[in-house]
Amino acid sequence: MVDITDRARKLREVAYYPGCALEGSGNGYDVSTRAIAYELGLKLQDVKDWNCCGAMEVKNIDPKIQTYLSSRVLSQAVNATKNNVVMAPCNGCYHNLKKAEYDLAHDAASREVVSTLSSKAGHKTYEAGQAETIHALDWIKDTIGEEGLRKRTKGRLAGMKIANYYGCMYVRPRHIFPEKDKGPGSESTSKPHFMDDLLAASGAENVEFPLKTACCGGAHTLSDSDTSTKLVLNILQAAEASGAEVIATECPTCHSGLEMHQIRAEKRFGKKTTVKILYFTQLLGLALGIKPRKLGIQQNISNSLEFIHEKGLT
Amino acid sequence: MKRAMITFAEIETRIDEIAELASPGSDPAGQTPLAQELLALGETVLENWIVARGETPTRETKEGFRLLALHRQGAKGDPSFNACRETARELVYHYNLVTLEPQHPDAAKRVRLAAMVAKHLALFVGGKLEVAGLGDFCCAAKPVRENESAGAQTQLARIHN
Repeated sequence: MVDITDRARKLREVAYYPGCALEGSGNGYDVSTRAIAYELGLKLQDVKDWNCCGAMEVKNIDPKIQTYLSSRVLSQAVNATKNNVVMAPCNGCYHNLKKAEYDLAHDAASREVVSTLSSKAGHKTYEAGQAETIHALDWIKDTIGEEGLRKRTKGRLAGMKIANYYGCMYVRPRHIFPEKDKGPGSESTSKPHFMDDLLAASGAENVEFPLKTACCGGAHTLSDSDTSTKLVLNILQAAEASGAEVIATECPTCHSGLEMHQIRAEKRFGKKTTVKILYFTQLLGLALGIKPRKLGIQQNISNSLEFIHEKGLT
Repeated sequence: MKRAMITFAEIETRIDEIAELASPGSDPAGQTPLAQELLALGETVLENWIVARGETPTRETKEGFRLLALHRQGAKGDPSFNACRETARELVYHYNLVTLEPQHPDAAKRVRLAAMVAKHLALFVGGKLEVAGLGDFCCAAKPVRENESAGAQTQLARIHN
């Protein structure tokens, strides 16, 4: 068993895989992740020459090609970046790298496809177990932890009521996350709590939110917008009914969906909600005393700056 | 006795009415029947899904709840249906909160939250009946074109060569 101190030391320098969303619509997540890493003295090594993880589109047409694409990212981390811990803040990327790891460990046909395509592409074939994929939540939890955050943030988020929304891909399907559901200290796939823990350590008051992992209809935003809008509206209304002022997110797809459908729900159904939507890294950054602009909060679609000012966090 | 099928629109309307009935300040003692009705509406949602698949909804229970047994039946052979597994469990959890502590000062709030959970279940399952792919595309990790595997194999063979 690895000692917690050894693990914390190991994760202080990770291979960082931002993925495409964090370079586009979710750029505030990237900016705030880098800002808190700097503030906390953690080092991010960008995975050299990274590629798409296969996202949802490739996976749904040919899952083995997605396995290959994700395996190349892992290969680049291990062989080109020389780091065998890959930190992916995007739930989609995190999920896909985990799925590739699972497929390569359990499916000979996937191994064959990955081997063939890696040879053709001219890079080393990634083999299961060579790297560990972690989420940004694991990264902060295992390096700084609640106690470290408590000391550094001095309860700056006190008085802020937060609903933590994890979305689906952080926890489903359960079999690709073997490290979860291992009892005290581990993450839960049915009632995830890592984000709650970190924000509570920063002084926030987490509300009892019953839709933490509920479907937001994210992938149907364009093809069936009304279904997505209704699902998101219910999540927003449930957060408000729970007493939350803010929904904390840890996935760029969820985050964009909540923001966009918050606007659409008002236009399409006349249902206005006022709950703010911020990445957990932006909230941790505020708790660490970083200015909102350095956390990319102005890049979010919904405007939270006035709220942040009212809370005395600017 | 066989019950008449209730539409999703009717279910959603009734859930909204229940949330209204559990307004802040309402009598905690009056919340238990509302929680029971929400649980029953959740079962109706899942029954609709199972009937639409051409099956007979189970009368069995799982962990003491028919809702959970119905969810398990509905998810059989369709992993994407697990996207509402936790929603079903949250509904049971809130039902327990209300019925096990009927005098709790937060009883009405608990019913309002249970109503939103029940509504999410109705929206997800109703959405899935309209667009079968709901939940397939993301967390279920299920290939949308799994029935076209022969085509995918051809594509792979082309890449291999």
